Amino acid sequence: MNLRSLRRATRVLRAYPTLLRVGFAGVMAYRAEMLVWMLTTTMPLVSLALWTAVSSRAPVGKFGPADFTAYFLAILIVRQLTSSWLVWELNAEIKSGALSQRLLKPMHPLFLFSADNLAAIPIRSLLCLPLALVLLFATGDRIPRDPTTLALVAVALLGAWLLNFLVSALIGALAFVMESSTAIFEVYLAAFSIFAGYLVPIELFPPTLRAVSEALPFRYTLALPAELLTGLLDPARALPQLAVQWAYVLGALVATTLAWRAGIRRFAAFGG
Amino acid sequence: MRYLRLLLTQIRISLALGMQYRWEFLLGGGLTVVWTLISLVPLHIAFSGRPPIEGWTYERALVVVGWFTLLKGVLDGAVNPSLIRVVEQIRQGTLDFTLLKPADAQFLVSTAKFEVWKVVDVTAALAIFTYAFSRLGRAPAVVDVAVALAMLGAATLVLYSLWILVIAAAFWVVRLDNLAYLFNSLFDFARWPVTMFSGIWRVIFTVVIPLALMTTYPALALLGALPPRTGLLSVGGALLFAVVARVVWRRAIAHYTSASS
Repeated sequence: MNLRSLRRATRVLRAYPTLLRVGFAGVMAYRAEMLVWMLTTTMPLVSLALWTAVSSRAPVGKFGPADFTAYFLAILIVRQLTSSWLVWELNAEIKSGALSQRLLKPMHPLFLFSADNLAAIPIRSLLCLPLALVLLFATGDRIPRDPTTLALVAVALLGAWLLNFLVSALIGALAFVMESSTAIFEVYLAAFSIFAGYLVPIELFPPTLRAVSEALPFRYTLALPAELLTGLLDPARALPQLAVQWAYVLGALVATTLAWRAGIRRFAAFGG
Repeated sequence: MRYLRLLLTQIRISLALGMQYRWEFLLGGGLTVVWTLISLVPLHIAFSGRPPIEGWTYERALVVVGWFTLLKGVLDGAVNPSLIRVVEQIRQGTLDFTLLKPADAQFLVSTAKFEVWKVVDVTAALAIFTYAFSRLGRAPAVVDVAVALAMLGAATLVLYSLWILVIAAAFWVVRLDNLAYLFNSLFDFARWPVTMFSGIWRVIFTVVIPLALMTTYPALALLGALPPRTGLLSVGGALLFAVVARVVWRRAIAHYTSASS
C-alpha cells in the first residue's frame, strides 16, 4: 500500500515538467484571454492611486502615501503569483464534458489543473511583476533582507497559492451538483475584496472587523504574504498566522478531495 | 407603443418567476444589508474624522456610495441577467429563436429577464441617501432631485451600453467570464468620487469607462452642485455611447453564425 502510493507520487512528479510545458503551450494559445486577465490584475494600481490621494494631506492611521504605495504593489505582486481562475475553467469543462479527457489521464485532475495554473504564472506576470518589483524596491528599505523573513515570505506565498487553488477547486466542484457555481464564487470574491485586504489594508479596519478578518480564510490568501513582504507584519508575529494559514490549507485539501470524489461519481460526461 | 407592451409583458413574466423564489428574496435582502454596511468600511476609513479630500466630506461621499448601490441594483437587476443569457444562447445557437421573432433583437435580449428582488438594493440606496442628508441637516431640493433622476437615466443608459459592448464581444470570443470580471472590478471603483483620482485614472474613469457619469455626477446633482454644462455633456455622452453600442451590436449580429450544426 505504502509502496504503491509512493510509486504513484513519483510518477506524478516525473510527469509534472511535461504538464507544465503543455500548460504553457495552452496559455500561449489563448493570448487574448490572458491580456484581459493581465488588465484585471492591475486593479491594485487603481487602489494605489486612490489611497495615495487620500493620504496625501494627512496619513490614514499609520499609513502615509509611501506606505500605501508599497502595500498595494505588494498586493499586486502576491495576487499575480497566487491567483487562480479554476472556478470558471471547471464550470466550463464540467458543463461541456471536456473534463472527461482529463479523467482519462492516470492522475488526479487537480494535478493537471495545478500544472496549468503554474505554467501561466510567467506570462501572467510578464506585464506587471518586474515593474512592481522594481517600484517596491524603490520605496525604500521596507523589503525584508534577512533570509529567515524571506523564507517566511516564500512559505506564506506557497500557502496562499495552495489555499487559493484549493478553494477554487472546491467552489468549482460545486458545478458537479448545481448548474453553475460562478454565482457563489462572486459572493466569495466580494467577501475576498474586503477581508483579504485587497481594497484596504486590514490594519486600518476597526478592531472587531479586524478580528473577524483574522479568523476568516481570506486574509491568508493575500494580505499575509503582502504584509510580510512590506515589513508591516513582524516576523515573530507571523508564525502563529502562518500556522493558521496552513491549517486552512489542510482543511481545504481535505474538503476539496472529498468534494471531488463525490462529484466525479456524479459526473456523467455530457455530450461524450 | 408595441415595444412598451412587450416590455410590460417581459417584466410581468420576470415578476411571476421571481415570486416563486421568495426565500431568495429574504436571503438576498439580508446579504444586501450586510454587504452595504461592509462596503462602507473603506469609505469610513478614508473620510471619518479626517480632512475632506478634493472637497468631498464623509456625508457627500456617502451620497456617491448611495448612487453606487442604486446603480449596482440596476446592473444586477435589470441589465446583467438578460445579457448574461445571451452569451449562453450564442454558444448553444439558441439565439436563432430570438432573431426569428418579429421584434428588434437587441430589445428582446435586453429585456429577457429582470431580477425583481434587486429592489432591495434600491431601498438600501434610499436609506443611505436619507442618512447622508440627515447628517448634512437638509433635504435635497426638488429641482435637484429631478436633475438627479435625469442623470440616473443617463447613467443607466451608459451602463447598459457598456454591457452591450461586452456582450457583443461574445460573438467573437467564446468565453466572457474574465471580461465580465474585469468590468465588475472596474465598476467597483464607482463607489468613490471620481475627482479623488488623479492623472490618468481620472481621464479613464471620466471618458473611457465613464464611472464619473454613473455615480459622481448624479451625486453632485442631488447635492445641487452639478455644473449645468457637465450635466448636458454627460447626457450627450450617454446618447453617444448608446449609439456606438447599437452600431457595434448590429455588426456583431451580422457576424453571428448559428452554432447549431
